[in-house]
Amino acid sequence: MDFLIKAFYSAWSLIFGFDPEVYFIVWTSVKVATSATFLASVVGVPVGLVLALRDFRGKPLVMVILNTLMALPTVAVGLLLYAFLSRRGPLGELGLLFTPAGIAAGLFVLALPTVINLTLTAIRSADPRLFVTCKLLGATPVQQAWKILRETRFAVTAAIVVALGRVISEVGIAMMLGGNIKGFTRTMTTAIALETGKGEFELGLALGMILLMVAFGINAVLSLLQRGEG
Amino acid sequence: MRKVLVLVAVFALLAFMTCSVGAETRLRMSTTTSTEDSGLLTVLLPPFEKAAGVKVDVISVGTGKALKLGENGDVDVVLVHARAAEDKFVAEGYGVDRRDVMYNDFVVVGPKDDPAGVKKAKTAVEAFKMLAEGKAPFISRGDDSGTHKMEQSLWKKAGVVPKGSWYVEAGQGMGAVLQMAFDKKGYTLADRGSFIAQEGKLDLAIVFEGDKDIFNPYGIIAVNPKKHPKTQYDLAMKFIDYVTGPEGQKVIADFKLNGKQLFFPSAAKKP
Repeated sequence: MDFLIKAFYSAWSLIFGFDPEVYFIVWTSVKVATSATFLASVVGVPVGLVLALRDFRGKPLVMVILNTLMALPTVAVGLLLYAFLSRRGPLGELGLLFTPAGIAAGLFVLALPTVINLTLTAIRSADPRLFVTCKLLGATPVQQAWKILRETRFAVTAAIVVALGRVISEVGIAMMLGGNIKGFTRTMTTAIALETGKGEFELGLALGMILLMVAFGINAVLSLLQRGEG
Repeated sequence: MRKVLVLVAVFALLAFMTCSVGAETRLRMSTTTSTEDSGLLTVLLPPFEKAAGVKVDVISVGTGKALKLGENGDVDVVLVHARAAEDKFVAEGYGVDRRDVMYNDFVVVGPKDDPAGVKKAKTAVEAFKMLAEGKAPFISRGDDSGTHKMEQSLWKKAGVVPKGSWYVEAGQGMGAVLQMAFDKKGYTLADRGSFIAQEGKLDLAIVFEGDKDIFNPYGIIAVNPKKHPKTQYDLAMKFIDYVTGPEGQKVIADFKLNGKQLFFPSAAKKP
């Protein structure tokens, strides 16, 4: 018990001590996670939409693959991307390894299947009469897509929120592609791993609590936006 | 709809900020966890960063991985502690200009009552034989770090193949392994720096120390620019000159944790 109380106390002093290092770590985490989720949504939502509305041969297989990819272990993504981004790899020239952009690229790969899959599920669970009505009213495909997205916006937002939750809490990719560089690519999760490795369990727990609070904040903002949207 | 657009704009801005990499010069160094965890680098790097106007990015991992990153050309310089692996790294042409930086030593730590009676050992090898016979839990780093390599060479010299329920391969950093040794009332091999850093929090004591077999020298190596032309060789050499020069060596000698000196400069001696 003593242990938890101490951790809670140090979490408190970390947050309200306004230590610039802690804030930079939180900022880095939020930055890479939101940008990766944003890009994954820009790509994933339209792909999910098309997959939900179109039938084609081999669709069941695509679905199975997408479902499998949702279980991607983060360290595997990290390792794969490392092989690409290392100076020995095909994309080494970009110099993305051990930069925030490198982490964001890995997180994008992680988030994409989740966004596609959950968008697809969201649209499939919509009222089928919607699709028919749109068509009968003579809407163009783009108009149809827009209407459907508006009608399913809660479920689609939920897809994005799930993806964001997955990327902000993962540690494997951030560690492998970011390298946990102090003042540059250290994120909340890699900082927790580092402090645990040093045996500073209280500090690790404290950072974990901050991570939870940040996730709470982001979700609160998103839910407010959802509600405000009439 | 406006809110959604605002949100999209914010996200896009964040994405842009992530991708714009700063223009400042960065030197990349992979190193072992012990140099960063002990806090040495927080005093060793700033004078160089200030004088040279660069930022040193530290990637702290086990020695095995630190060297691997050098092999792949992902870092400019490596600071590690595993002499045999370092020499191999240089011999295979991945690194150039290896220099001694500093040393400390490894210690065998265990429960204060010392159930395996290791305190009586005369040499490190004898201590390891006793550990194998005593069957008290032994927590191994198991992560190909410098400490792990040292531990393996000691088992080999003792003629023991560590196996069985008493031998725990943790696959974690020194801090976590010390914590595990404490929780399981077991023994482990630790570098003195990491142990001193955590001594106050753990009910563990040094049960064996002071044998030349468990001497722990650190070396610094520049990544070979002929293998990886994109690495910043000149800057790496400037950094090596600083660390092995009088200024860097003094910082190392003056660095203390809990009132104890952790590292002893050794650059004066030629390798």
